[in-house]
Amino acid sequence: MSTLDILLQQLANGLILGSFYSLVALGYTMVYGIIMLLNFAHGDIYMVGAFLGLAILTTIGSVLGFGWGGILAAMCCSMIITGLLGVLIQRVAYVPMLSAPRLSILITALAVSMVLYNGAMAITDGEYRAFTVDLGFEGIEMGAVFITYTQVALVLATAVLMVTLYLFVHRTMWGKAMRAIAIDKDACRLMGINVNAVIALTFFVGSALAAAAGVMAGVYYGSIHFFMGFVIGLKAFTSAVIGGIGSIPGAMLGGLVLGLLEAFGTQIPFIGSEWKDVFAFAILILLLVFRPTGILGKTEIERM
Amino acid sequence: MGGNHQDAAVAELSTGGLRNRIYDIVEVRRNRYAIYAALTVGVMLLPAFANNYVMEVFSNAFFYVTLCLGLNIVVGYAGLLDLGYAAFFAVGAYTTGILTSHFHVNFWLTIPFAVGFSIVAGVIIGGPTLRLRSDYLAIVTLGFGEIVRIAARNLKITGGASGLIGIERPVLLGLELSRIQHYYFVFFVLAVVAILISHRLQHSRLGRAWQYVREDEDAAEAMGINRVAVKLYAYIIGAIFGGVAGCFFAAKMTAISPETFQFNQSVLILLGVVLGGMGKIPGVIVGGLVLVLFPEFFRQFEQFRLLVFAVVMLVIMLYRPQGIWPESRQ
Repeated sequence: MSTLDILLQQLANGLILGSFYSLVALGYTMVYGIIMLLNFAHGDIYMVGAFLGLAILTTIGSVLGFGWGGILAAMCCSMIITGLLGVLIQRVAYVPMLSAPRLSILITALAVSMVLYNGAMAITDGEYRAFTVDLGFEGIEMGAVFITYTQVALVLATAVLMVTLYLFVHRTMWGKAMRAIAIDKDACRLMGINVNAVIALTFFVGSALAAAAGVMAGVYYGSIHFFMGFVIGLKAFTSAVIGGIGSIPGAMLGGLVLGLLEAFGTQIPFIGSEWKDVFAFAILILLLVFRPTGILGKTEIERM
Repeated sequence: MGGNHQDAAVAELSTGGLRNRIYDIVEVRRNRYAIYAALTVGVMLLPAFANNYVMEVFSNAFFYVTLCLGLNIVVGYAGLLDLGYAAFFAVGAYTTGILTSHFHVNFWLTIPFAVGFSIVAGVIIGGPTLRLRSDYLAIVTLGFGEIVRIAARNLKITGGASGLIGIERPVLLGLELSRIQHYYFVFFVLAVVAILISHRLQHSRLGRAWQYVREDEDAAEAMGINRVAVKLYAYIIGAIFGGVAGCFFAAKMTAISPETFQFNQSVLILLGVVLGGMGKIPGVIVGGLVLVLFPEFFRQFEQFRLLVFAVVMLVIMLYRPQGIWPESRQ
């Protein structure tokens, strides 16, 4: 393989990885933007979304098949159920804590994450589950570079979801309410906006996007595991910080940047793929030192 | 319906009464010393009656009490969330492990090295992040915990995934510490030292500064407290606790592997702090003990141990954020 081929192949890999990061990062950044909560459970919601998607696909697969039709239906169902789970978590665990000290709500979020994660471990006996799909292995061949249609479809699906989200946030009343609450919650309340409903909606959308990413990751990697949400949660947070936390375009951009950095980072001599995660965290720490507001974030730093 | 209310009121009164009576006993200084003396005598006499299993459980319990007290300085006193505490414990354990097994350094000489490395790690992680919102610290420490574990798994000097073996036993006054009874006392002493240091710190100028920063950071800064420096001290002191505890852990186990220092380990230690009551020494001690003793009593839950702990943590945060050992009346 020539150097150019390697670069192109890594570009493709990085874009796919980046799509997953972006979708999960969106949930982080939206929740953070609106109630300043670092939702530790978000990575685990992604994992739950993947498992729900698999369960639904297994059930409906006999009717709709394990091709794109079945996967799309399973993904949509999983997005709705996982979105409702996100709302449930917000209602049960976060609403009572909103006025509590910051440390308490962070620990609560961690506890929710642990419940989801250990619950999934107990249910699945800690084993990998095969994500059986029937998509074939055809693809586009460009010299030595090979990109399957599945990979193209995943990136396209991510793009569709992101455009939909962008239109939702910028073209609807609900989206406008979301942006307004991120700026000033109390003023919104005075203006007659149902703040709690909008926050719940934010959790719904964020969780649904994470579920979509979870199902797509299952399709892409072919197996899922209760532990899959942990590292991607960290990576998605890094993506959100790269783009500027609280910024929706920032999360999209940050995810792609991190995906590409990781894909190319593993090509640097002496840095094998086992150091891939270290590479991402090192980026996070360096970023927090030199540019904590990220690429698209606001320049002011709010202190705690 | 009315009866229910009355019952609740009576229950409230009677528990309140019991609680107050306990405080009345505990808070009289003479009684307090009597309780300490009784506990110490109990700990001293236990090895005479107990078998190795009980010794093992209790040395483990003392060890976790030490770790919880260390994390309590960061979480309880300074109000910072540290999700990678196992990393400092790993730094200490690996420092002792590498120095004694590769270079045959005397165990006691490895402790200053471990303290040094813990400080360096604490400054590298805490320095940049403590200037930002405290949420960032939580996630950065989480990442740091993973970095340390991945590094331990992939480096040659740490023995890779299979870990280090052949860590030399410490020798104290000509006695090689190799039996579980020895480590029972070693960890008891470690826990007592941790309690004394925590107590002194809590009532020091620095301790009051921590409390101030925790309650109202801006007001503290307006009063001339260097917010970043004060938080960094908490972070570093917590790191040293973890590092030193790690040294003794390595000596006790004589073999360590990266999987001991997983994220779950950090969460477990945090749970110990939250369970008993953040910032209160007796609460944290109880939390650390529960952490170790609970799974021993409920063997049938072994598989769901972490799930049970996670649910307990959630319930505590929602319904009893002050922990199981309530705040004393002041």
